[in-house]
Amino acid sequence: MDKHETFEISGLNLFYGDFQALRNIDLKIKRHEITALIGPSGCGKSTFLRTLNRMNDLIPISRVEGEVLYDGQKIYQKDYDVTNLRKEVGMVFQKANPFPKTVYENIVYGPKVHGINDKAELDVIVEKTLKEVALWDEVKDRLHKSAMGLSGGQQQRLCIARCLAVNPQVILMDEPTSALDPIATSKIEDLMQDLAERYTIIIVTHNMQQAGRISDRTAFFLMGEMIEINSTQKIFSRPDNKRTEDYITGRFG
Amino acid sequence: MVPRVRMIKEMESINSKICAMAEQVEKDILKAVKALQERDTILAREVIDGGDVVDDMEEEIQKECFNFLATQSPVGSDLRYCVSIMKMIRDLERIGDHCEDLAKYTMRLENADYGQELVNIPRMADMSAKMVSNAIAAFLSRDLRMARKVWKADEEVDELFRTVYDKQIELATQQQGNTEVYIMFAFVAAHLERIADYATNICEETVFSLEGETAME
Repeated sequence: MDKHETFEISGLNLFYGDFQALRNIDLKIKRHEITALIGPSGCGKSTFLRTLNRMNDLIPISRVEGEVLYDGQKIYQKDYDVTNLRKEVGMVFQKANPFPKTVYENIVYGPKVHGINDKAELDVIVEKTLKEVALWDEVKDRLHKSAMGLSGGQQQRLCIARCLAVNPQVILMDEPTSALDPIATSKIEDLMQDLAERYTIIIVTHNMQQAGRISDRTAFFLMGEMIEINSTQKIFSRPDNKRTEDYITGRFG
Repeated sequence: MVPRVRMIKEMESINSKICAMAEQVEKDILKAVKALQERDTILAREVIDGGDVVDDMEEEIQKECFNFLATQSPVGSDLRYCVSIMKMIRDLERIGDHCEDLAKYTMRLENADYGQELVNIPRMADMSAKMVSNAIAAFLSRDLRMARKVWKADEEVDELFRTVYDKQIELATQQQGNTEVYIMFAFVAAHLERIADYATNICEETVFSLEGETAME
Protein backbone atom coordinates (compact mmCIF):
# COMPACT_ATOMS: atom_id res chain seq x y z
CA MET A 1 0.00 0.00 0.00
CA ASP A 2 1.35 3.39 -1.02
CA LYS A 3 2.19 5.61 1.96
CA HIS A 4 0.17 8.38 0.34
CA GLU A 5 -2.97 6.28 0.57
CA THR A 6 -5.19 6.16 3.61
CA PHE A 7 -7.56 3.53 2.30
CA GLU A 8 -7.13 0.85 -0.30
CA ILE A 9 -10.34 -0.95 -1.17
CA SER A 10 -10.35 -3.95 -3.44
CA GLY A 11 -13.09 -6.26 -4.64
CA LEU A 12 -15.52 -4.86 -2.10
CA ASN A 13 -19.05 -6.28 -2.16
CA LEU A 14 -21.71 -5.48 0.38
CA PHE A 15 -25.03 -7.23 0.82
CA TYR A 16 -28.12 -6.30 2.80
CA GLY A 17 -29.62 -9.77 3.05
CA ASP A 18 -30.07 -10.87 -0.58
CA PHE A 19 -29.69 -7.37 -1.95
CA GLN A 20 -26.25 -6.48 -3.21
CA ALA A 21 -25.66 -2.79 -2.43
CA LEU A 22 -21.99 -2.58 -3.49
CA ARG A 23 -20.43 -4.40 -6.39
CA ASN A 24 -16.76 -5.11 -6.71
CA ILE A 25 -15.45 -1.71 -5.64
CA ASP A 26 -11.77 -1.00 -6.18
CA LEU A 27 -10.68 2.37 -4.91
CA LYS A 28 -7.74 4.12 -3.29
CA ILE A 29 -8.23 7.13 -1.07
CA LYS A 30 -5.30 9.49 -0.89
CA ARG A 31 -4.12 11.06 2.32
CA HIS A 32 -5.00 14.69 2.97
CA GLU A 33 -7.23 14.91 -0.05
CA ILE A 34 -10.92 15.58 -0.24
CA THR A 35 -12.63 12.78 -2.13
CA ALA A 36 -16.23 13.39 -3.14
CA LEU A 37 -18.64 10.53 -3.76
CA ILE A 38 -21.49 11.39 -6.11
CA GLY A 39 -24.32 9.43 -7.68
CA PRO A 40 -28.10 9.15 -7.67
CA SER A 41 -30.02 8.14 -4.56
CA GLY A 42 -29.62 4.47 -3.77
CA CYS A 43 -26.38 4.11 -5.75
CA GLY A 44 -24.44 2.89 -2.73
CA LYS A 45 -22.29 5.91 -1.97
CA SER A 46 -23.43 6.29 1.66
CA THR A 47 -23.23 2.52 2.13
CA PHE A 48 -19.69 2.65 0.80
CA LEU A 49 -18.82 5.53 3.14
CA ARG A 50 -20.05 3.49 6.10
CA THR A 51 -17.87 0.53 5.16
CA LEU A 52 -14.81 2.69 5.85
CA ASN A 53 -15.39 2.82 9.60
CA ARG A 54 -17.50 -0.30 9.76
CA MET A 55 -20.69 1.55 10.58
CA ASN A 56 -22.52 -1.04 8.48
CA ASP A 57 -21.70 -3.55 11.22
CA LEU A 58 -24.61 -1.95 13.07
CA ILE A 59 -26.99 -3.24 10.40
CA PRO A 60 -27.47 -6.92 11.29
CA ILE A 61 -28.33 -8.12 7.77
CA SER A 62 -25.30 -6.50 6.17
CA ARG A 63 -22.45 -8.68 4.95
CA VAL A 64 -19.14 -7.60 3.49
CA GLU A 65 -16.82 -9.37 1.05
CA GLY A 66 -13.51 -8.14 -0.23
CA GLU A 67 -10.83 -6.08 1.40
CA VAL A 68 -10.62 -2.66 2.99
CA LEU A 69 -7.16 -1.62 4.08
CA TYR A 70 -6.80 1.35 6.40
CA ASP A 71 -3.19 2.39 6.89
CA GLY A 72 -2.26 -1.00 5.53
CA GLN A 73 -4.41 -2.95 8.00
CA LYS A 74 -7.36 -5.13 7.00
CA ILE A 75 -10.23 -3.54 8.89
CA TYR A 76 -12.61 -6.46 8.32
CA GLN A 77 -10.32 -9.08 9.82
CA LYS A 78 -11.67 -10.74 12.92
CA ASP A 79 -9.67 -9.18 15.72
CA TYR A 80 -9.48 -5.67 14.30
CA ASP A 81 -10.09 -2.96 16.93
CA VAL A 82 -13.29 -1.33 15.64
CA THR A 83 -13.51 1.20 18.47
CA ASN A 84 -10.09 2.51 17.58
CA LEU A 85 -11.04 2.50 13.89
CA ARG A 86 -14.02 4.73 14.62
CA LYS A 87 -11.79 7.05 16.64
CA GLU A 88 -9.38 7.30 13.72
CA VAL A 89 -12.12 7.50 11.13
CA GLY A 90 -14.73 9.95 12.38
CA MET A 91 -18.07 10.63 10.84
CA VAL A 92 -20.35 13.62 10.34
CA PHE A 93 -23.92 13.11 9.24
CA GLN A 94 -26.48 14.87 7.09
CA LYS A 95 -28.43 16.21 10.01
CA ALA A 96 -26.41 17.79 12.79
CA ASN A 97 -26.81 15.49 15.78
CA PRO A 98 -25.35 17.17 18.86
CA PHE A 99 -25.98 15.39 22.12
CA PRO A 100 -28.64 17.11 24.21
CA LYS A 101 -25.91 18.36 26.47
CA THR A 102 -23.82 21.52 26.75
CA VAL A 103 -21.44 22.61 24.02
CA TYR A 104 -18.54 21.69 26.29
CA GLU A 105 -19.89 18.24 27.10
CA ASN A 106 -20.41 17.49 23.43
CA ILE A 107 -16.73 18.06 22.73
CA VAL A 108 -15.31 16.26 25.75
CA TYR A 109 -17.55 13.22 25.38
CA GLY A 110 -15.22 11.37 22.99
CA PRO A 111 -11.94 12.19 24.76
CA LYS A 112 -13.52 11.05 28.04
CA VAL A 113 -14.57 7.74 26.49
CA HIS A 114 -10.96 7.34 25.42
CA GLY A 115 -9.73 7.93 28.96
CA ILE A 116 -8.93 11.63 29.18
CA ASN A 117 -10.37 13.03 32.41
CA ASP A 118 -8.01 15.85 33.28
CA LYS A 119 -10.06 19.07 33.31
CA ALA A 120 -7.21 21.28 32.05
CA GLU A 121 -6.49 18.88 29.22
CA LEU A 122 -10.15 18.71 28.28
CA ASP A 123 -10.35 22.52 28.31
CA VAL A 124 -7.47 22.65 25.86
CA ILE A 125 -9.18 20.12 23.58
CA VAL A 126 -12.43 22.10 23.68
CA GLU A 127 -10.77 25.39 22.77
CA LYS A 128 -8.50 23.82 20.14
CA THR A 129 -11.24 21.91 18.33
CA LEU A 130 -13.75 24.76 18.48
CA LYS A 131 -11.09 27.03 17.01
CA GLU A 132 -10.35 24.45 14.33
CA VAL A 133 -13.96 24.62 13.18
CA ALA A 134 -14.08 28.42 13.55
CA LEU A 135 -16.79 28.19 16.20
CA TRP A 136 -14.81 29.32 19.24
CA ASP A 137 -15.59 33.04 18.95
CA GLU A 138 -19.26 32.30 18.51
CA VAL A 139 -19.64 29.96 21.50
CA LYS A 140 -16.83 30.71 23.95
CA ASP A 141 -19.26 32.58 26.21
CA ARG A 142 -21.83 29.84 26.16
CA LEU A 143 -19.78 26.69 26.47
CA HIS A 144 -21.93 25.46 29.32
CA LYS A 145 -25.25 26.10 27.68
CA SER A 146 -27.15 23.51 25.68
CA ALA A 147 -25.82 22.76 22.20
CA MET A 148 -29.41 22.49 21.06
CA GLY A 149 -29.67 26.29 21.15
CA LEU A 150 -27.11 26.70 18.36
CA SER A 151 -28.13 27.34 14.74
CA GLY A 152 -28.10 24.44 12.28
CA GLY A 153 -24.77 25.51 10.81
CA GLN A 154 -23.23 25.97 14.25
CA GLN A 155 -24.53 22.57 15.34
CA GLN A 156 -22.92 20.96 12.29
CA ARG A 157 -19.59 22.66 13.00
CA LEU A 158 -19.92 21.51 16.62
CA CYS A 159 -20.39 17.93 15.38
CA ILE A 160 -17.25 18.30 13.27
CA ALA A 161 -15.42 19.65 16.35
CA ARG A 162 -16.73 16.69 18.37
CA CYS A 163 -15.33 14.40 15.70
CA LEU A 164 -11.95 16.18 15.77
CA ALA A 165 -11.75 16.02 19.57
CA VAL A 166 -10.64 12.38 19.49
CA ASN A 167 -7.87 13.22 17.06
CA PRO A 168 -8.98 11.29 13.98
CA GLN A 169 -7.03 10.84 10.75
CA VAL A 170 -10.03 10.65 8.46
CA ILE A 171 -13.38 12.44 8.47
CA LEU A 172 -16.28 10.84 6.66
CA MET A 173 -19.05 13.28 5.80
CA ASP A 174 -22.45 12.12 4.64
CA GLU A 175 -24.15 15.08 2.97
CA PRO A 176 -22.99 17.42 5.74
CA THR A 177 -24.52 20.58 4.30
CA SER A 178 -27.73 19.37 2.73
CA ALA A 179 -29.80 20.84 5.57
CA LEU A 180 -27.91 24.13 5.72
CA ASP A 181 -28.43 27.52 4.06
CA PRO A 182 -25.81 28.84 1.57
CA ILE A 183 -23.91 30.87 4.17
CA ALA A 184 -23.63 27.99 6.64
CA THR A 185 -22.75 25.71 3.71
CA SER A 186 -20.01 28.03 2.60
CA LYS A 187 -18.53 28.08 6.13
CA ILE A 188 -18.46 24.27 6.24
CA GLU A 189 -16.90 24.14 2.78
CA ASP A 190 -14.18 26.60 3.81
CA LEU A 191 -13.65 24.54 6.92
CA MET A 192 -13.25 21.37 4.87
CA GLN A 193 -10.55 23.01 2.73
CA ASP A 194 -8.75 24.01 5.91
CA LEU A 195 -9.14 20.59 7.55
CA ALA A 196 -7.88 18.78 4.45
CA GLU A 197 -4.38 20.03 5.28
CA ARG A 198 -4.42 17.83 8.39
CA TYR A 199 -7.08 15.21 7.73
CA THR A 200 -8.29 13.01 4.92
CA ILE A 201 -11.88 13.85 4.03
CA ILE A 202 -14.39 11.73 2.18
CA ILE A 203 -17.69 13.39 1.48
CA VAL A 204 -20.94 12.11 0.05
CA THR A 205 -22.79 14.92 -1.64
CA HIS A 206 -25.79 15.35 -3.89
CA ASN A 207 -24.68 18.85 -4.68
CA MET A 208 -22.43 18.53 -7.69
CA GLN A 209 -21.36 22.15 -7.58
CA GLN A 210 -20.19 21.43 -4.04
CA ALA A 211 -18.18 18.42 -5.20
CA GLY A 212 -16.71 20.65 -7.91
CA ARG A 213 -15.88 23.44 -5.50
CA ILE A 214 -14.22 21.51 -2.71
CA SER A 215 -12.94 18.10 -3.73
CA ASP A 216 -9.65 17.00 -5.24
CA ARG A 217 -11.03 13.79 -6.66
CA THR A 218 -14.55 12.65 -7.37
CA ALA A 219 -15.90 9.12 -7.61
CA PHE A 220 -19.17 8.44 -9.43
CA PHE A 221 -21.31 5.59 -8.15
CA LEU A 222 -24.24 4.01 -9.96
CA MET A 223 -26.34 1.03 -8.89
CA GLY A 224 -23.74 -0.20 -6.44
CA GLU A 225 -20.83 0.13 -8.83
CA MET A 226 -18.11 2.70 -8.85
CA ILE A 227 -18.18 3.82 -12.45
CA GLU A 228 -15.32 6.28 -12.45
CA ILE A 229 -12.89 8.06 -10.19
CA ASN A 230 -10.86 10.92 -11.50
CA SER A 231 -9.60 14.36 -10.62
CA THR A 232 -12.62 16.54 -9.92
CA GLN A 233 -11.59 18.87 -12.70
CA LYS A 234 -11.65 16.00 -15.18
CA ILE A 235 -14.94 14.57 -13.93
CA PHE A 236 -16.71 17.90 -14.41
CA SER A 237 -15.08 18.89 -17.68
CA ARG A 238 -14.34 15.69 -19.56
CA PRO A 239 -15.28 12.49 -17.74
CA ASP A 240 -14.04 9.24 -19.24
CA ASN A 241 -17.29 7.35 -18.88
CA LYS A 242 -20.50 8.13 -20.77
CA ARG A 243 -22.61 7.28 -17.71
CA THR A 244 -20.68 9.80 -15.62
CA GLU A 245 -21.24 12.40 -18.33
CA ASP A 246 -24.96 11.62 -18.46
CA TYR A 247 -25.26 11.95 -14.70
CA ILE A 248 -23.29 15.16 -14.17
CA THR A 249 -25.05 16.86 -17.07
CA GLY A 250 -28.42 15.85 -15.65
CA ARG A 251 -29.30 13.62 -18.60
CA PHE A 252 -30.55 11.06 -16.11
CA GLY A 253 -30.97 10.64 -12.40
CA MET B 1 -34.33 9.68 -18.03
CA VAL B 2 -34.99 13.24 -16.96
CA PRO B 3 -33.72 15.57 -19.67
CA ARG B 4 -33.03 19.11 -18.55
CA VAL B 5 -35.80 20.72 -20.55
CA ARG B 6 -34.95 24.34 -19.83
CA MET B 7 -31.25 23.82 -20.43
CA ILE B 8 -31.91 22.17 -23.76
CA LYS B 9 -34.30 24.95 -24.73
CA GLU B 10 -31.63 27.54 -23.98
CA MET B 11 -29.07 25.60 -26.02
CA GLU B 12 -31.50 25.43 -28.93
CA SER B 13 -31.98 29.18 -28.76
CA ILE B 14 -28.20 29.75 -28.78
CA ASN B 15 -27.84 27.27 -31.66
CA SER B 16 -30.39 29.04 -33.82
CA LYS B 17 -28.73 32.40 -33.12
CA ILE B 18 -25.24 31.18 -33.98
CA CYS B 19 -26.66 29.64 -37.15
CA ALA B 20 -28.12 33.04 -38.12
CA MET B 21 -24.82 34.76 -37.29
CA ALA B 22 -22.89 32.32 -39.48
CA GLU B 23 -25.35 32.89 -42.34
CA GLN B 24 -24.88 36.63 -41.98
CA VAL B 25 -21.07 36.51 -42.16
CA GLU B 26 -21.21 34.03 -45.03
CA LYS B 27 -23.38 36.49 -46.96
CA ASP B 28 -21.02 39.34 -46.04
CA ILE B 29 -17.96 37.48 -47.37
CA LEU B 30 -19.65 36.81 -50.70
CA LYS B 31 -21.10 40.30 -50.93
CA ALA B 32 -17.78 41.97 -50.10
CA VAL B 33 -15.93 40.11 -52.83
CA LYS B 34 -18.78 40.52 -55.31
CA ALA B 35 -18.64 44.26 -54.64
CA LEU B 36 -14.90 44.22 -55.33
CA GLN B 37 -15.28 42.17 -58.46
CA GLU B 38 -18.12 44.28 -59.87
CA ARG B 39 -16.87 47.60 -58.51
CA ASP B 40 -20.17 47.94 -56.75
CA THR B 41 -19.64 50.59 -54.09
CA ILE B 42 -23.30 50.50 -53.05
CA LEU B 43 -22.96 46.82 -52.19
CA ALA B 44 -19.65 47.53 -50.45
CA ARG B 45 -21.32 50.26 -48.37
CA GLU B 46 -24.04 47.75 -47.45
CA VAL B 47 -21.39 45.39 -46.07
CA ILE B 48 -19.71 48.18 -44.08
CA ASP B 49 -23.04 49.38 -42.67
CA GLY B 50 -24.03 45.80 -41.88
CA GLY B 51 -21.02 45.33 -39.58
CA ASP B 52 -23.11 46.37 -36.60
CA VAL B 53 -25.56 43.55 -37.26
CA VAL B 54 -22.85 40.93 -36.68
CA ASP B 55 -21.59 42.80 -33.59
CA ASP B 56 -25.12 42.89 -32.17
CA MET B 57 -25.55 39.17 -32.85
CA GLU B 58 -22.32 38.43 -31.00
CA GLU B 59 -23.44 40.50 -28.03
CA GLU B 60 -26.84 38.81 -27.95
CA ILE B 61 -25.36 35.30 -28.01
CA GLN B 62 -22.76 36.26 -25.43
CA LYS B 63 -25.52 37.43 -23.10
CA GLU B 64 -27.37 34.14 -23.55
CA CYS B 65 -24.16 32.23 -22.83
CA PHE B 66 -23.58 34.22 -19.64
CA ASN B 67 -27.13 33.48 -18.54
CA PHE B 68 -26.66 29.85 -19.45
CA LEU B 69 -23.50 29.63 -17.34
CA ALA B 70 -25.04 31.54 -14.45
CA THR B 71 -28.31 29.67 -14.25
CA GLN B 72 -27.65 26.18 -15.61
CA SER B 73 -24.21 25.51 -14.08
CA PRO B 74 -23.20 23.40 -17.08
CA VAL B 75 -20.56 20.72 -16.66
CA GLY B 76 -18.95 18.16 -18.94
CA SER B 77 -20.05 18.39 -22.58
CA ASP B 78 -22.54 21.17 -21.76
CA LEU B 79 -19.75 23.29 -20.32
CA ARG B 80 -17.51 22.60 -23.30
CA TYR B 81 -20.40 23.48 -25.61
CA CYS B 82 -20.88 26.87 -23.97
CA VAL B 83 -17.17 27.69 -23.90
CA SER B 84 -16.91 26.70 -27.56
CA ILE B 85 -19.84 28.91 -28.53
CA MET B 86 -18.28 31.89 -26.79
CA LYS B 87 -15.06 31.39 -28.73
CA MET B 88 -16.87 30.77 -32.03
CA ILE B 89 -18.87 33.98 -31.86
CA ARG B 90 -15.63 35.87 -31.35
CA ASP B 91 -14.29 34.21 -34.50
CA LEU B 92 -17.45 35.01 -36.45
CA GLU B 93 -17.32 38.61 -35.28
CA ARG B 94 -13.74 38.89 -36.51
CA ILE B 95 -14.76 37.44 -39.86
CA GLY B 96 -17.34 40.24 -39.95
CA ASP B 97 -14.54 42.77 -39.38
CA HIS B 98 -12.55 41.27 -42.25
CA CYS B 99 -15.59 41.65 -44.50
CA GLU B 100 -15.81 45.32 -43.62
CA ASP B 101 -12.14 45.76 -44.49
CA LEU B 102 -12.70 43.99 -47.81
CA ALA B 103 -15.57 46.34 -48.57
CA LYS B 104 -13.38 49.33 -47.72
CA TYR B 105 -10.85 48.21 -50.34
CA THR B 106 -13.64 48.29 -52.93
CA MET B 107 -14.38 51.90 -51.97
CA ARG B 108 -10.71 52.77 -52.14
CA LEU B 109 -10.18 51.10 -55.53
CA GLU B 110 -13.38 52.55 -56.99
CA ASN B 111 -11.67 54.24 -59.92
CA ALA B 112 -8.49 52.16 -60.11
CA ASP B 113 -7.50 49.99 -63.02
CA TYR B 114 -7.32 46.45 -61.64
CA GLY B 115 -4.98 45.39 -64.41
CA GLN B 116 -6.18 41.77 -64.18
CA GLU B 117 -9.21 39.52 -64.15
CA LEU B 118 -10.22 38.50 -60.66
CA VAL B 119 -10.37 34.71 -60.72
CA ASN B 120 -8.72 33.27 -57.65
CA ILE B 121 -9.97 35.95 -55.23
CA PRO B 122 -13.65 35.07 -55.87
CA ARG B 123 -12.67 31.40 -55.57
CA MET B 124 -11.05 32.08 -52.22
CA ALA B 125 -14.19 33.94 -51.14
CA ASP B 126 -16.44 31.05 -52.17
CA MET B 127 -14.25 28.54 -50.38
CA SER B 128 -13.88 30.61 -47.21
CA ALA B 129 -17.61 31.34 -47.04
CA LYS B 130 -18.38 27.66 -47.53
CA MET B 131 -15.86 26.70 -44.87
CA VAL B 132 -17.55 29.02 -42.38
CA SER B 133 -21.04 27.70 -43.06
CA ASN B 134 -19.87 24.07 -43.10
CA ALA B 135 -17.88 24.56 -39.89
CA ILE B 136 -20.97 25.82 -38.11
CA ALA B 137 -23.09 23.06 -39.67
CA ALA B 138 -20.58 20.48 -38.41
CA PHE B 139 -20.78 21.98 -34.92
CA LEU B 140 -24.56 22.04 -34.84
CA SER B 141 -24.91 18.53 -36.24
CA ARG B 142 -22.09 17.26 -33.97
CA ASP B 143 -20.34 15.90 -37.06
CA LEU B 144 -16.66 15.32 -36.29
CA ARG B 145 -15.87 14.00 -39.75
CA MET B 146 -17.28 17.07 -41.38
CA ALA B 147 -15.39 19.34 -38.98
CA ARG B 148 -12.12 17.61 -39.83
CA LYS B 149 -12.88 17.82 -43.56
CA VAL B 150 -13.54 21.55 -43.36
CA TRP B 151 -10.37 22.01 -41.31
CA LYS B 152 -8.37 20.23 -43.99
CA ALA B 153 -9.84 22.44 -46.75
CA ASP B 154 -7.84 25.33 -45.34
CA GLU B 155 -4.80 24.00 -47.17
CA GLU B 156 -6.44 24.79 -50.52
CA VAL B 157 -7.24 28.33 -49.43
CA ASP B 158 -3.65 28.78 -48.28
CA GLU B 159 -2.47 27.62 -51.67
CA LEU B 160 -4.77 30.03 -53.48
CA PHE B 161 -3.52 32.81 -51.25
CA ARG B 162 0.06 32.08 -52.27
CA THR B 163 -0.99 32.06 -55.93
CA VAL B 164 -2.74 35.42 -55.66
CA TYR B 165 0.08 36.91 -53.64
CA ASP B 166 2.77 35.75 -56.09
CA LYS B 167 0.70 37.11 -58.97
CA GLN B 168 0.48 40.55 -57.37
CA ILE B 169 4.23 40.59 -56.70
CA GLU B 170 4.84 39.65 -60.29
CA LEU B 171 2.54 42.40 -61.62
CA ALA B 172 4.02 44.96 -59.26
CA THR B 173 7.54 44.00 -60.31
CA GLN B 174 6.61 44.40 -63.93
CA GLN B 175 5.28 47.83 -63.00
CA GLN B 176 2.13 47.22 -65.01
CA GLY B 177 -0.38 49.72 -63.72
CA ASN B 178 -0.90 50.96 -60.22
CA THR B 179 1.21 49.21 -57.56
CA GLU B 180 -1.27 50.14 -54.85
CA VAL B 181 -3.87 47.98 -56.57
CA TYR B 182 -1.62 44.93 -56.37
CA ILE B 183 -0.86 45.61 -52.74
CA MET B 184 -4.58 45.93 -52.06
CA PHE B 185 -5.33 42.63 -53.79
CA ALA B 186 -2.59 40.92 -51.78
CA PHE B 187 -4.32 42.30 -48.68
CA VAL B 188 -7.68 41.08 -49.91
CA ALA B 189 -6.26 37.59 -50.35
CA ALA B 190 -4.69 37.77 -46.88
CA HIS B 191 -8.07 38.71 -45.38
CA LEU B 192 -9.76 35.80 -47.10
CA GLU B 193 -7.01 33.47 -45.93
CA ARG B 194 -7.58 34.69 -42.35
CA ILE B 195 -11.31 34.11 -42.71
CA ALA B 196 -10.59 30.49 -43.64
CA ASP B 197 -8.32 30.26 -40.58
CA TYR B 198 -11.21 31.39 -38.38
CA ALA B 199 -13.32 28.66 -39.94
CA THR B 200 -10.67 26.14 -38.89
CA ASN B 201 -10.83 27.57 -35.36
CA ILE B 202 -14.54 26.79 -35.38
CA CYS B 203 -13.75 23.23 -36.47
CA GLU B 204 -11.27 22.90 -33.62
CA GLU B 205 -13.89 24.16 -31.20
CA THR B 206 -16.31 21.57 -32.56
CA VAL B 207 -13.82 18.80 -31.85
CA PHE B 208 -13.15 20.25 -28.38
CA SER B 209 -16.85 20.53 -27.66
CA LEU B 210 -17.51 16.94 -28.67
CA GLU B 211 -14.35 15.21 -27.51
CA GLY B 212 -12.77 17.49 -24.95
CA GLU B 213 -9.58 17.97 -26.93
CA THR B 214 -8.55 19.70 -30.13
CA ALA B 215 -6.53 16.99 -31.89
CA MET B 216 -7.50 17.47 -35.53
CA GLU B 217 -5.39 14.90 -37.38
